Amino acid sequence: MSKIVKNKRSLSARLGGLLFVLPSILVVMIFVYGLILWSVNVSLTNQNSGTKKAIEYVGLKNYTDLVADERFTHSLSNLVKFTVVFILGALVTGFIMSLLLEKGIKGEGFFRSFYLYPMAISFIAMGTVFNWLLNSARDEEAGGLNLALQKIGLGFLQNDWYVSERGSMYAMALPAIWQMSGYVLALFLAGFRGIPDDMREAARVDGASESQIYRHVLFPQLTPTLLTILIILGHISMKAFDLIIGINGKSYVTQVVAVYMWEATFDKRDYAKGTSIAIVLLIMIAVVVVPYLRYNNKQQAYR
Amino acid sequence: MSKDLVDLITAKPDARNKKRKLNGKERFWLIFRYISLTFIWFLVVMPIYVMVINSLKGVKNVYLTNAFKLPEKLDFSAWSVAWSGTDYFPQSISESMTRTLFFVIQASIISAIIGSINGYVFAKWKFKGSNLIFTFFLFGMFIPYQAIMIPLVRIATTLEINKSIYVLILAHIIYGIPICTLIFRNYYEAIPNELIEAARVDKASMVRTYRSIILPLSLPAFVVVLIWQFTSAWNDFLFAIFLTGGSPKLSVATTALNFITGSSNQVYYGVNMTASLIVSLPTLIVYIFLGRYFLRGLLSGSLKG
Repeated sequence: MSKIVKNKRSLSARLGGLLFVLPSILVVMIFVYGLILWSVNVSLTNQNSGTKKAIEYVGLKNYTDLVADERFTHSLSNLVKFTVVFILGALVTGFIMSLLLEKGIKGEGFFRSFYLYPMAISFIAMGTVFNWLLNSARDEEAGGLNLALQKIGLGFLQNDWYVSERGSMYAMALPAIWQMSGYVLALFLAGFRGIPDDMREAARVDGASESQIYRHVLFPQLTPTLLTILIILGHISMKAFDLIIGINGKSYVTQVVAVYMWEATFDKRDYAKGTSIAIVLLIMIAVVVVPYLRYNNKQQAYR
Repeated sequence: MSKDLVDLITAKPDARNKKRKLNGKERFWLIFRYISLTFIWFLVVMPIYVMVINSLKGVKNVYLTNAFKLPEKLDFSAWSVAWSGTDYFPQSISESMTRTLFFVIQASIISAIIGSINGYVFAKWKFKGSNLIFTFFLFGMFIPYQAIMIPLVRIATTLEINKSIYVLILAHIIYGIPICTLIFRNYYEAIPNELIEAARVDKASMVRTYRSIILPLSLPAFVVVLIWQFTSAWNDFLFAIFLTGGSPKLSVATTALNFITGSSNQVYYGVNMTASLIVSLPTLIVYIFLGRYFLRGLLSGSLKG
């Protein structure tokens, strides 16, 4: 049907369409792709406003320097720790929330609205609260979350949180999980409710138990949803910036790639280094996102 | 996906409407679900609770050790200090809040208009290669903005637009094009082609069709995009800190808040909590009244809406 429609369209009508989006296409071409190339170009030079010298091309030196840069590898390993805990945590939490809600329950709207509100609040504002509550003082001096843990008899869970030497990134994942679980809930809930009720009914008629229905009928249907969630959380996690800044500023212990890029650019005015870090980040994210976009594009074509 | 994700989420599954007596096992699970849901509810509400109660304890009586305790008597002084400052607390957020409101509203409206036009073309006036171009648009939504930031700052400095708040309006419009186009495109895809065809039979031009058929149907999509852009521009920190360089003259809600709470020598936690609450209020209010539309924007970011 739509094929025929397309052929009937006059050339001018189709060009008209292009004409109206042309400004946006140009803007995206220049400000997304053009500036990325510009960044790549800067990253191949020795451009640095901190130490003024003539700008010259140095090839991939900035990238090879990064590999040897202890601060960069530190921020990268921080990012990996954060990403793993954050994705697993948000996935499990959001999934449990969706399991509790998916069948429908009285008051569902109330719970759902509350579970989703963190998404509307900035990382910076939330960071202020978590910065305060996740204080590292313990036992007699304890306040905030450590005190609350003592009060409910879970004192052994008291922690140094984001200032701890080893666990800082895991602590940092907590607020991130808090903020993003609602997103996972929403996607899983949509996934569950996209499964026709007949499938459950059929399985029930066949004598399947509730847990068997979940395991063999419902969960397999959620695989595409799971994929989407992993990609969305993955790219959000790799971009982590204001969440970290909001809680612990630029501190070394919790520095991730995006924060290190900021430090190199802002404090050191080392633009060559800043752009090379940013390009590494871009490549990491592209590896995750581009296959997803291609998959999505193919799906669209069959619509 | 024919059905909108938000419709799916808020739809009432058939199972829930079945009224029948629960047996013992089912009753146990129902109680278990309510207990778990309530427990999670407390965890989710906790930070907001902490913000609210500690904003009512005044300026000086706020300690980490009583962070979860209700105030003994209500004291609103932290609100006035956070809003307009005092001699011992010179930073205030009133100015930044007004500035943010000013730029965010303009950016959202322009973004919505551009998104609507683009979405219309990508959904209903496809040309050769339009799907591919659209995919290239989408990539722009996922990139880490750090990858374009240094050249962008350079451009803004050269053109000397980094000395006014318009630089943020422009940035949010430009980098909002992908998501705004996506939301409108998805929305327009659902409008039957027959409507467009009927208009064509009547020799209506593309623009005419847009004005008389598409635009009157577009209100829900406009609300989604306006809310989305409002929330993301309001909560944005990355563009603000890079493009305004943290200059106090151009501080917006998030950068001002970060400046206030990040200064290590001050310990007015009550004011910190109040400032965070005030900064969160606009987006929270939007969420409370138009949550459904917010959710729709949120889910389109997953490309599945």
